[in-house]
Amino acid sequence: MARPLAVSPGLLRRKMIDRGFEILGILACLLGALALLALLWDLASDGAGRLSWEFLTSFPSRRAGSAGILSAWVGSALIMLVTALAAVPLGVAAGVYLEEYAPKNWLTALIEINIANLAGVPSIVYGLLALGLFVYQLHLGQSVLTAGLTLALLILPVVIITTREAIRAIPGHIREAAYALGATQWQVVKDHILPYSAGGIMTGVIIGLSRAIGETAPLITIGALTFIAFLPPPPFSAELPFLSLAWLKSSFTVLPIQMFNWISRPQPEFHHNAAAAGLVLMAMALSMNALGITVRYRYRKRIKW
Amino acid sequence: MTSTSSSTHFAVWRAAAFPTRDNRRRSKELVIQGALFFAALSSVLITLGIVSILLYESLSFFQTVPIRRFLTDTQWTPLFADAHYGILPLACGTMVTAAVGCLVALPLGTIVAIYLSEYAPYWVREFGKPFLELLSSVPTVVYGYFALLFVTPLLQKIIPGLPGFNMLSAGIVIGVMIIPYVSSVSEDAMRSVPMHLREASYAAGGTRLQTALRVVVPPAFSGIASAYILGFSRAIGETMVVAVAAGMQPNLTWDPREPAETITAYIVQVSLGDLPHGSVGYQTIFAAGLTLMLMTLAFNVAGYFLRKRFREVY
Repeated sequence: MARPLAVSPGLLRRKMIDRGFEILGILACLLGALALLALLWDLASDGAGRLSWEFLTSFPSRRAGSAGILSAWVGSALIMLVTALAAVPLGVAAGVYLEEYAPKNWLTALIEINIANLAGVPSIVYGLLALGLFVYQLHLGQSVLTAGLTLALLILPVVIITTREAIRAIPGHIREAAYALGATQWQVVKDHILPYSAGGIMTGVIIGLSRAIGETAPLITIGALTFIAFLPPPPFSAELPFLSLAWLKSSFTVLPIQMFNWISRPQPEFHHNAAAAGLVLMAMALSMNALGITVRYRYRKRIKW
Repeated sequence: MTSTSSSTHFAVWRAAAFPTRDNRRRSKELVIQGALFFAALSSVLITLGIVSILLYESLSFFQTVPIRRFLTDTQWTPLFADAHYGILPLACGTMVTAAVGCLVALPLGTIVAIYLSEYAPYWVREFGKPFLELLSSVPTVVYGYFALLFVTPLLQKIIPGLPGFNMLSAGIVIGVMIIPYVSSVSEDAMRSVPMHLREASYAAGGTRLQTALRVVVPPAFSGIASAYILGFSRAIGETMVVAVAAGMQPNLTWDPREPAETITAYIVQVSLGDLPHGSVGYQTIFAAGLTLMLMTLAFNVAGYFLRKRFREVY
């Protein structure tokens, strides 16, 4: 009887190595997942006991047991508002220009290279820019406004890049059809490009903001205070003109800075506060991320060209 | 012919009858285009702002401290009575933590990228990639907490006598943080290698690993190198993890088990205090920031030439 086709030992060895690498790859992926789970478990086991309604509605305090994060999360929310208001119009406009208007010349190339490089600048350097420019040149002070603008500069490249990607996904025949009907360039952008790319742009904005909300270093650099036991003045007032912008000039603290402050203290009670603040921060950042991914997913499903 | 000329006649008639409508529309278009252009230009202004602020403050710093002493002095004690302004201890701390981070992130990130691109079934890739990217969306101060109060106690069980603040645990956590940057960009580069190259390799009897290492990685290398450079830049610029977990004492050592201060941690330390605007102490953070920028720039330029050297075009 003929022997079955001989399998060379070399082939077996190669297949074993191949299988070995597959297991290594799975282990490496699991290691990443494990690190994330360990981090969540560590935070939860230290901080979950401190989470309560009181913790969310109290000011920081010298006594760990009665300290809370009210001023911190209000500060974070107000700064996100300023950041979004500044970064979204500027970033979307820049993205629209680069995709729809920009001629192919050295200036456009310069702007494009520059945006790619800005995305790689360490965040603390933005803090130094803000300290020199906003705080000492423009005299905006160490305020909510300065902090919001700083983070807006930080996430601007993200907003521009995702806007461009969203616009690039729109097929050319949509534009051609609109131009054929006599629409001007701005009419095409306003009535077609922006509505069709809105989902993608929103994803970019949300992911940018989820990055901004966890940023600590640039805000410390502009001189954010770590102990704030008051809230900024409310944006609405009883007298005319009903709206007040005083909160923009108020000093502030944010969640990550509050957390950093508590970590830096030696007492373990404050570490538990830090863990609880970290849980709130993670919940905010991760839910924004999840929201961004959901928006992108639903949007992709809905539009078929 | 007739239709063309009649529409031309119509256009001429319309321009004569309603002179302002078209002009208004055209000027509105121009104004909008100009506004959009300035929005795009703002990114260049940000770069100019960063460069000029850093240079301006650093120049006045280098008028009090000669640049030779800045680069060669081995002590960094700008706020002491006996002030020394040597950037070496800070630069060294930055390099050591970044190197530890890369020792963790580059091998793991590359293995993950090869696995996801060449081995993983479709659903693993679709779920695995966004899940790993969550690692990079965790706020860095939370990673600092993790490094100081979870990783360091763990390491102290393995390495007895490890101080509470050390560069090792900060570096490892930075490494975990930048895995997704490395793996994501590398994987994109590998997936853009044309399928027929893989098919040829499989047809010649190559295993998946041989195909990955000899067929897919070489043409994707320029993209993988960008991923490495991106990861390393992130590691150099990382602030909060080192500020929390590596200690805030300048220490000129290459031993990652020791505490040390990085350039970024120094900037945080000074900013937490209250230094008067215009003092030499205030200017040191800009000189430190400039050094950080130049280090990042140097690696990016090196990466650019590396990519150019290995670029393959189909």
